Amino acid sequence: MANSEQQKHDSLVERVSARLGARVLETDRSYGDLVFVVEKAAVHEVLSYLKNDEKFDLLLDIAGVDCVKLPEYRERFELEYILYATGKDHRVRVRVPVPEFALDVPTATDLWRAANWAEREAHEMFGFVFTGHPCLKRLITHQQFEGHPLRKDYPVMQGQWCATTSSLEEELEE
Amino acid sequence: MGMKTDTYTKNETGLITTRVDAMINWARKNSLWPLPFGTACCAIEFMSVVSSPFDISRFGAELVRFSPRQADLLLVAGTINYKLAPVLKRIYDQMPEPKYVISMGACASSGGFYDNYATVQGIEQIVPVDVFIPGCPPRPEAILDALLKIQKRIDREPSPKRGVDRRHELAEKPADE
Repeated sequence: MANSEQQKHDSLVERVSARLGARVLETDRSYGDLVFVVEKAAVHEVLSYLKNDEKFDLLLDIAGVDCVKLPEYRERFELEYILYATGKDHRVRVRVPVPEFALDVPTATDLWRAANWAEREAHEMFGFVFTGHPCLKRLITHQQFEGHPLRKDYPVMQGQWCATTSSLEEELEE
Repeated sequence: MGMKTDTYTKNETGLITTRVDAMINWARKNSLWPLPFGTACCAIEFMSVVSSPFDISRFGAELVRFSPRQADLLLVAGTINYKLAPVLKRIYDQMPEPKYVISMGACASSGGFYDNYATVQGIEQIVPVDVFIPGCPPRPEAILDALLKIQKRIDREPSPKRGVDRRHELAEKPADE
């Protein structure tokens, strides 16, 4: 890892721990990226700090993870927000453990508009419920699809027939 | 002496006599209007069939239409997923009879290597297919071969009756190859 990269990481960790303290459970490194592990209740605060004060102006993606087959995990699911600061050329990830029977997570659509579709995809693939999302519908699978195909307990080859086409007008109006 | 073939007889006066069936089938088979339902790389291969090196116009099927109401050959080229299945069915339903379907490539014919929750495992589950083309993607020659097979099939079709699908009658006739 380049030295300047290391400095960027270290100074961000310092500022974040000074500002948010115990709300960041753990700081981790993964494939050259900085990872903040954050409790579900504090996720919106942390994201909003990173966006407004640290200028992470780009939400690259939201990834879901079903940890059920991993050797050890905090909660069954994890959400991972991948953020990028275009001004500083800095990428960071925010990891949120989500329990299986409490899948509600506050939405990030008020911070980044890009969160809209990313959250819809995480919603249909894993079943997360983003509270406050303006239009939490299925994005990629069809409207008659039942279940969450990226969960480890979904039989991966089981298709589901779609009998009707659906209108996209509602989405164009957004 | 007149010239005699399977489908027509030419006599000394220069007149050709034939059967209506044979003439209509002859006209029909040499002017198929394909609708390329292209969703993946197979559609790129189809483009090369239309272009001059392979030139599908030698077989009279060069007039590509993107409206199902103006086409009689549905060429499904690419992966069809469950979300797209009702769309494909609707497009097939909108095509006027007589109509033919070519399933091009591994994905359209069997789902290909996409054996997952999203991909239809062969379009035969949605629309009736006349010719399957194997390959990933198939060579342009394979598409021309499929077209020739469709033409051969049209040649054997029973007396055409507008708006009525009579291909089940054809199934009872033995193939000539």
